[in-house]
Amino acid sequence: MIVPFQHLLILASIIFFLGLMAVLVRRNLIMILIGVEIMLNAAGLVLVGASAFWQQLDGQVMVIFLMALTSAEVSISLAMVVYLNRRKKTIDVRAFDELRG
Amino acid sequence: MATWIFYILGAVAVVATAMAVTRRNPVHSVIYLVNSFFALALIFYLLGAPLVAAWEVIIYAGAIMVLFLFIIMMLELSPGEEADRQGPGPLQWLPVLLLGGALLGCTLLLLQLDPAGSQELPNWYASPRDFGYALFHEYALAVEIVSFQLLFAAVGAFYVGRPASRKERSGGER
Repeated sequence: MIVPFQHLLILASIIFFLGLMAVLVRRNLIMILIGVEIMLNAAGLVLVGASAFWQQLDGQVMVIFLMALTSAEVSISLAMVVYLNRRKKTIDVRAFDELRG
Repeated sequence: MATWIFYILGAVAVVATAMAVTRRNPVHSVIYLVNSFFALALIFYLLGAPLVAAWEVIIYAGAIMVLFLFIIMMLELSPGEEADRQGPGPLQWLPVLLLGGALLGCTLLLLQLDPAGSQELPNWYASPRDFGYALFHEYALAVEIVSFQLLFAAVGAFYVGRPASRKERSGGER
């Protein structure tokens, strides 16, 4: 693997900011969750790269925990999307901008 | 050779992610995202993490994205709603692009400043055996905690997604 560590970090930060833009600009709840997924994946890429850079296994173990965290987060948030859709018949985030809910 | 494969896969991942972010139909963007995850899984393999690459395909592309597809199908949105009707216009895109571009530029400048970053990644390979040993010996307690977390998530998802009770149905907004 003859790639500078820097290039890996650059790739991960580009993917991270693409996910951030999805979270900021989209109005569809599902697309916002997809943006969070993209950001978590970029973090996983950095962890695996760091694991290879220092030749320690800790980074890879942390990616496994990251995957478990992601699946827990996705299951709860998608259940909430279903709940919100049942209440207001829409998944547009502008419908949920008041505290009364 | 591995260098070129890395750059090609990186380009595929970035392009597929950009397509996923900009599609109007959530189903299309999920499919593009699966493509991007495959590219990332191959990058993980190049970085010497074959087991993590396999789990990336199985858990992310296989389980989480299929869950997204199931939910999109389950919501039964009207056709006009499925895509945001007109999509975010330039008024929404412009500030986000400016802020995101500034943040990304600062991050890249910081990466340039660090001299350690220009060192090359070593040729390294973590066998699944070593990985499993590290996971279940050094991090055994953390594995238990994560399994509890998954249990709580399952209970929480079941609670949030339960069918509406009769009281809510008659008195609520429906």
